[in-house]
Amino acid sequence: MCSLGVFPAPVTAAQTLFERNNELLSALHPGEHSQACDLPSPQFTRDTLKGHSRPESSSRSVFLDQRDTLWMRSAGAWRDAGLYGLLDEITNSAEEVPRFLAVGSACVLALLRWASSFHGSLFPHLTLSSDEMVAEFSQMLDWSDSALRSFAWHPHTDKFAVALLDDSIKIYKSNSSPTPTLKHRCQRSVCALQWKPLCGSALAVACQSCLLIWHVDPASLSTRPSSGCAQVLSHPGHSPITSIAWSPTGSLLVSASPVDTSMMVWDVAAESAVPLQRVGGGGVTYLSWSPDGSRLLAATPSALFRVWETRMWTCERWPCLKGSCQSACWSPDGGCLLLSMQGERVIYALTFSDLTGGPKAASVVADLSETTFPGPDGDLTVGGEVCSLSWDPRGERLAVLLKGDSQADNHPSVIAVFKTRSSPVFELLPCGFVMGEAGAEPRFMQFHPHFQHGALLTVCWSDGRISHVPFYFSSAGLLGGDSPQQALASNTTNPSSNKLYTEQIS
Amino acid sequence: MFSLKQNSWFIRKVVIWRAVASIAWSVLLLPVTTAVFVLLSRFSLFHPIQWISDCTSLLTASSTIFSLVVLCGVVLITGFFNLEFYTLVPSIPCSRMALLGTVLHPRQCVHSLVYCTMGMLVMWCASVTIGGRYSTLGTPCRQSESGEVVTCLNEYHLFLLLAGAFMGYSHSFLGVVQNMYYVSFQPIQQYKYPRFKGCLPMVVKCSVIQALYSARNFAALYFFFGYVPKTWISSTLNLQIDSSLQPLDSLTGLLDFSLLYHLSISGAFLYLTWYLTVLLFRIYVTEAYSFPVQSTFTEDAEQCLPKVLAEKNTLVMKFLALQDLALLSQHSLSRRLEVFNLSQPGGHPHNWNAISGECLCLLSELTQRLVAHQDAVASNGRVKSQSASSDTRSASSSSSVVSGTEDIAETPRLSVPLRTPGSVFKSSVGGANRVLTAPFTPDVDSPFSSPAIRRLVGQQDPHSPWSGTVQSPHIMRRGPKLWSASTESQSNGSPPGSPATVPSPPAASQKPSFLAQWLQNRREQLPEASSQALFADSQAHIWALQGLSHLVAASFSEDQFGVVQTTLPNILSCLVVLLEAVDRHFKLPHASSKPVRTLCSMGDSTYKTLRFALRAALKTAIYKITTTFGEHLNAVNISTEHRKRLQQFLEFKE
Repeated sequence: MCSLGVFPAPVTAAQTLFERNNELLSALHPGEHSQACDLPSPQFTRDTLKGHSRPESSSRSVFLDQRDTLWMRSAGAWRDAGLYGLLDEITNSAEEVPRFLAVGSACVLALLRWASSFHGSLFPHLTLSSDEMVAEFSQMLDWSDSALRSFAWHPHTDKFAVALLDDSIKIYKSNSSPTPTLKHRCQRSVCALQWKPLCGSALAVACQSCLLIWHVDPASLSTRPSSGCAQVLSHPGHSPITSIAWSPTGSLLVSASPVDTSMMVWDVAAESAVPLQRVGGGGVTYLSWSPDGSRLLAATPSALFRVWETRMWTCERWPCLKGSCQSACWSPDGGCLLLSMQGERVIYALTFSDLTGGPKAASVVADLSETTFPGPDGDLTVGGEVCSLSWDPRGERLAVLLKGDSQADNHPSVIAVFKTRSSPVFELLPCGFVMGEAGAEPRFMQFHPHFQHGALLTVCWSDGRISHVPFYFSSAGLLGGDSPQQALASNTTNPSSNKLYTEQIS
Repeated sequence: MFSLKQNSWFIRKVVIWRAVASIAWSVLLLPVTTAVFVLLSRFSLFHPIQWISDCTSLLTASSTIFSLVVLCGVVLITGFFNLEFYTLVPSIPCSRMALLGTVLHPRQCVHSLVYCTMGMLVMWCASVTIGGRYSTLGTPCRQSESGEVVTCLNEYHLFLLLAGAFMGYSHSFLGVVQNMYYVSFQPIQQYKYPRFKGCLPMVVKCSVIQALYSARNFAALYFFFGYVPKTWISSTLNLQIDSSLQPLDSLTGLLDFSLLYHLSISGAFLYLTWYLTVLLFRIYVTEAYSFPVQSTFTEDAEQCLPKVLAEKNTLVMKFLALQDLALLSQHSLSRRLEVFNLSQPGGHPHNWNAISGECLCLLSELTQRLVAHQDAVASNGRVKSQSASSDTRSASSSSSVVSGTEDIAETPRLSVPLRTPGSVFKSSVGGANRVLTAPFTPDVDSPFSSPAIRRLVGQQDPHSPWSGTVQSPHIMRRGPKLWSASTESQSNGSPPGSPATVPSPPAASQKPSFLAQWLQNRREQLPEASSQALFADSQAHIWALQGLSHLVAASFSEDQFGVVQTTLPNILSCLVVLLEAVDRHFKLPHASSKPVRTLCSMGDSTYKTLRFALRAALKTAIYKITTTFGEHLNAVNISTEHRKRLQQFLEFKE
């Protein structure tokens, strides 16, 4: 088991640039400023992005109050707030309605409130408002405060999408082509983005009220695709959506909402959904499809997660001891699942194999409890709960985003990077910490899906910057690596990466 | 038709047994639904204990047992109808006339009659179960003037029976309109029980909503026409009408909460019985079936995948085989290896050749269909006239892209009559085009387009100004405006937004009759219907695409003998040609407009979006192959245009 104590001490003063020769080099080293990749790294500040300040429903406060008839008010309340609003309206206008109606509606309202509070005490997350829920279950650390809301690399090309605080999405490509901005009326509180695999154009966006599928023509030069390019998928009771996952073959899309006990399997082109319902857990917060497409992890807000097999769509239940499952990632061959729980400072591993019929228990592979490193300007404490996990597509590097303590000033959130080894036994080895510029904390990270020379970690920082940290290494015999054909294809296209030893670039 | 089906081993050995199992489960579910119905029908809030004891005694009563036997009969007949009427390719009426023709088809009439009877039977059972004032048709009553006891007509019982007949008819009618017998396949595989459990809430909701709608409609109908059956029944059965009771075809009689409650509860029970049978049948029929890829015994050869795929007559077997192909190509390594295997003596890749050949055949057939449709319909929604002479035809085809101004110049010549898309697909289309468009015009052979009417309309067609009432796509797209738009065109002859049509001199003298106008207007094409009809069986193509692309992608690492390499150029060019045809099709008006989603209906509307699903599946299939093979595709021998298109895919520019 690996712990943070064996890590090399983090360099706090400067930004980490890249890994070479098994060493994470930072901007302190002279002559290392040459950025190896020509990927765009835009910066967004909170000031330039203006979020929508008030939700639609509160706009009535700016208008003068006018007394409508009871019928009009009831109809309005029914339209705005459903049954609750209607009952509330009737109860509040007791002098206009017959007495029995007012008393009856008050009783029903009390009964409903009691029932929902009971339901809420079973599943505390149901008492949260929709925005709080998104912030709670998003993979983005400090979602509500961040200028960047979500980030996604395209699985096949050098193209990524960024969701911003003002509910717009920008798409960046590696060359200096125009960056399209996507805006839609329904695009509120974006919690997750994912590009459709085996497709050049489709981007799925998990919004507060619905699921949007943008079709952004890669050949088009338009910077503002119209909202006609977006498909709106919604299902009653299935919002806010906090997680989405495309199947690796691109044929299905699964969406999850913490308030809905069923997850939706969408046939996007046909706009039809198959709900897969399991009541236990009270909702689904996080989804992760294994890269080989055979399994799907579905985390719930309770201390329970499920692993679905995607052939007949049956699931195994995995009750946890303490908290709910916060984040997870699959090894590239789909055989190993790493998980982190809320309230626990360890990483668990589950190993799936078709021969043994699945694992019986999860094993702890890394201990992430607080460790203090002495530094030039005071001690630095590192460690804590895991916010998100990311495994590079070759299966060689694992990045872990550790939550810091916002009260303590020397305990920031950091990204710890492990080297992974799958034979003879699965093992995590320390690699180093990825640090940002002074004062910037990491919020989100994702590995580039097909970086030629090793792995490329893209990090979204708290100051609104997006930076790329390459890890140069050569694959050690494709251990737990890619599917053979992709490795073969990359070998043929790029012979230089096929060397036995780490490249010595001076 | 049935005898033809009997020929297939698959129908005999699989489909029949699946249907039997589904019916058996429906019968087994009957006591449960009946118990729930009894509980709800006798519900009383203030006497819970009496309510429960009443219900338990009622459930064991002989009348309930007898009702159950009757209901079993109803379920059996429903199941038989499901088996006889189910279809994997929906029939899409391209015009309102075609729809009318389907509704008035003799087969459909028999169906409606049977469902009316079954509805009455179920409602009779329901009224007996509810008991009280509903139980019998005749009740003893005291005549007001003489005071003697006679048998009177129990209007409540009659009301429920008629409601059953009405609901039976509306079920049968909606079955045609919403394609109730269309069986669609789910995008994911599930075991039968979880799938049933997942669908159950939807079915209950649908039946309740449908029952409420039907109850409302029936109450309105009974309010206006209720006295007709009432007086008829009372006179034929010699039953008196009790004048002391409030008649039900009055406002006060109908506004009886208990009556409406029982009506909706019984209606929901009725619909639930039918819907559950349909649901179970769908679940059982669409269950995946695993065909062996090759067999060691020659007598089993016809049951193997390559043979089964080539089957033309048994559609369900072909569909399930294609589904199985798509599944094996994604999930089963050992069966994929069998596909790539060589035949034992001789070393020929028979399996792969047969499977890929059949898939390519399906896809190229779709390509041809699309090209034929595009030839028939010009890009702005009009058609080249087949009756026109060859030089004008070339003129019209060249001007087919340009807009109205040139059309005005052309129309006075009247050698090129403008036609609506609707009229084109009808009898006025002559020659080879008719043959080609036949598969997507179910209207032509509908019983309602009898020779007389066809002649009537056909006669008016070339000369009347109404032949030129081109519905502009903007008007056609708005659903509710359809009718008003066509009546407007009746009154002034040139609807707004359509290219101006100048009536010719003979047309002015020859005023078409009102009936012909009416028919003509109803014969206009429903928007997107022709596009839906083109892709009606595209589920098969989607599976073929999935199966083919995954097999080709898997062959990169699993194909030991290189059997796939020989067919790769064929497959790629076939996919690219199909992609071009599909792209062109989506440029047609209505083709890319999304259908309105129907909320909560038992009829499956998956077929309305199949063309989008096919386009997505096609692109994914090409991407699957290009990402797997990468630069190696440059070594494949295909034409330059196709290579250019594939290069777009390699660069993820599609």
